[in-house]
Amino acid sequence: MDNILLKVENLHAGIEGKEILKGINLTIRPGEVHAIMGPNGSGKSTLSSVLAGNPAFKVTEGSATFHGIDLLALAPEDRSHEGLFLSFQYPVEIPGVSMVNFMRAAVNAKRKYFGEEPLSAGDFLKLMRQKREVVELDNKLASRSVNEGFSGGEKKRNEIFQMAVLEPRLSILDETDSGLDIDALRIVSAGVNKLKTNENSTIVITHYQRLLDYIKPDFVHVLYKGRIVKTGGPELALELEEKGYDWIKQEIDNQ
Amino acid sequence: MNQTNPTNDGRNISDKANESLDVLKNATTDEYKYGFVSDIETDIIPRGINEDVIRLISRKKGEPEWLLEFRLAAYRHWLTLKMPDWAHLKIPKIDYQAISYYAAPVKKESPKSLDEVDPELLKTFDKLGIPLEEQKQLSGMAVDAVMDSVSVKTTHSEVLAEKGIIFCSFSEAVKNYPDLVKKYLGKVVSYRDNFFAALNSAVFSDGSFVYIPKGVRCPMELSTYFRINAAGTGQFERTLIVADDDSYVSYLEGCTAPMRDENQLHAAIVEIIVEDRAEVKYSTVQNWYAGDKDGKGGIYNFVTKRGLCRGDFSKLSWTQVETGSAITWKYPSCVLAGDNSVGEFYSVAVTRNRQQADTGTKMIHIGRNSRSTIVSKGISAGYSENSYRGLVSVAPQADGVRNYTQCDSLLLSSTCGAHTFPYLDIKNPTAVVEHEATTSKISEEQLFYCNQRGIPTEEAVGLIINGYAKEVMNKLPMEFAVEAQRLLQITLEGSVG
Repeated sequence: MDNILLKVENLHAGIEGKEILKGINLTIRPGEVHAIMGPNGSGKSTLSSVLAGNPAFKVTEGSATFHGIDLLALAPEDRSHEGLFLSFQYPVEIPGVSMVNFMRAAVNAKRKYFGEEPLSAGDFLKLMRQKREVVELDNKLASRSVNEGFSGGEKKRNEIFQMAVLEPRLSILDETDSGLDIDALRIVSAGVNKLKTNENSTIVITHYQRLLDYIKPDFVHVLYKGRIVKTGGPELALELEEKGYDWIKQEIDNQ
Repeated sequence: MNQTNPTNDGRNISDKANESLDVLKNATTDEYKYGFVSDIETDIIPRGINEDVIRLISRKKGEPEWLLEFRLAAYRHWLTLKMPDWAHLKIPKIDYQAISYYAAPVKKESPKSLDEVDPELLKTFDKLGIPLEEQKQLSGMAVDAVMDSVSVKTTHSEVLAEKGIIFCSFSEAVKNYPDLVKKYLGKVVSYRDNFFAALNSAVFSDGSFVYIPKGVRCPMELSTYFRINAAGTGQFERTLIVADDDSYVSYLEGCTAPMRDENQLHAAIVEIIVEDRAEVKYSTVQNWYAGDKDGKGGIYNFVTKRGLCRGDFSKLSWTQVETGSAITWKYPSCVLAGDNSVGEFYSVAVTRNRQQADTGTKMIHIGRNSRSTIVSKGISAGYSENSYRGLVSVAPQADGVRNYTQCDSLLLSSTCGAHTFPYLDIKNPTAVVEHEATTSKISEEQLFYCNQRGIPTEEAVGLIINGYAKEVMNKLPMEFAVEAQRLLQITLEGSVG
């Protein structure tokens, strides 16, 4: 039994014929937190979209194995069932669909996938209540439509709430800190940390070191021009915060 | 004890991938679960229409002379009319001589008990979810079951009679309450109203009659279920609802038909009269057979529905969920004659494949301070055409009128059409009339967001559509809402693309 949760090898992908990821290699073990940083346009969000199976992106080469399964062969919903969660940078509004109905559909779809009966209404509401506390979300949210009229902070908290309900093995937080004030940032990070175990892993995509003060990474990767060009420990993030990306860009562009 | 993960080996994954493809294929290749034909001995008169046919229908029903005269007058007027062509519809030529205007399941004269009703008939309605046997009857809902041209059975009539409520088939009403029928028949929808109203008035066969006496709140939902079974026929039923002062009734209408390659005509009339402070809620879930994916077959649903809010503070509310029929031409309307009367129209109209719908409402404000609300939600898929057509008119003497109209279209394909034709005719300067309209699509982002949370696309589309239509669905009585939601979901499976 190898102990690898996600292994990405030589992954190439793009959109509308334009290649954005140009050979990503990444290995994540259970319990690890990986931060992915990099300048705008380096492919960070594309990587999260491709791993989650967004049909807008096309994989042209390489592989991704998720606890032994060929991830790229799975439909996006099956990737979710298998334990992959993406916290969206821009959570989508679905007018008229209440959070309760939305989450019930999500939870029961997963149960169906594993051959289990749907949760009873009582058990489901109990689950919602428990998980809401993780991100200090008030219960009015349950009757509101998915992300509709939510503030930026509420949207991100709502993402972490969904993550708490679905209990993923791998969470990808795509710029979860963007648009958050300090208080919201603290609540969201605290939620993520509460959900952390030795079994599940997290990929944190961010521009700023700030978030990494709250969510401590084991590894920091720098993504540039579609490749991971540098990997280090938490100190790499501090160095980037101080010096910016230019020194890395120069290093690479000179090669 | 950890059960083995079923997708942990490659073979199962590809099986699963195939399976989900199959699901998609099944869902896109149309399924209409009411498309069966019942083998019932039916009395069908020869095709064609003329005065003799009308006399024959009237005689078969044992009608009084005045009703025959009404029919003949309507027929003579119909002969002078042309089929309306102003709607945004492509209606193939209809040969009115090729239709049989009367088809009735053969039965003994008016069955007194269910033992006398053909078991095959009971089975049919059972299959449609409308059990008629005493012990199985839906509690809290009285049903008038209409098969082809006649009413088969009305449930719970005795309970209702105790409160003085009349709920029976139209034919029975003509026999037992001729004065009431004579007083109200054609008063809201005259046979001169339009081509199809004239045709219906000439050949109408059966339908439901409801009378709620003064001050009575009807204790259960009243419902008519229309079923077309016989081939080569049309269905021309009439519903007449009278709500006397201070009364209340909620009325539901459902309809289905077998799958056939031919087009069948359904031209009904619904007339409603609402007196002082009375309220009528009329809900329809229309699921006539819509034809196949190439547009072959299906029902032509050309219906005239109108209510007269005659009383002060009277209220009429139309709610419709329209998913069936090859072509729909229908504008449930309110004539708001009473001061402070209220009219409402809540509609979800779904078209897909080659379906066409031109539907909407007319709010005719005559009374002072009368108010109306129109919420129309169109959902179009495939190669369908979906139009909202609505009129808000305000008479010169009608001070203080308010209208709010909201008209939304949701497009599920790039090959469908959605159109809005709002007409305003405002003759009083104090009127406040608002109109809002939106057009939207289900976005790839929304679908991917649902997928990422584990919700498969088909289910996601159902969720999003029910969310879009929620405002209207919420207006349906509970018994109907669940059914209607499911119907929306099934109807639109595989329609996004």
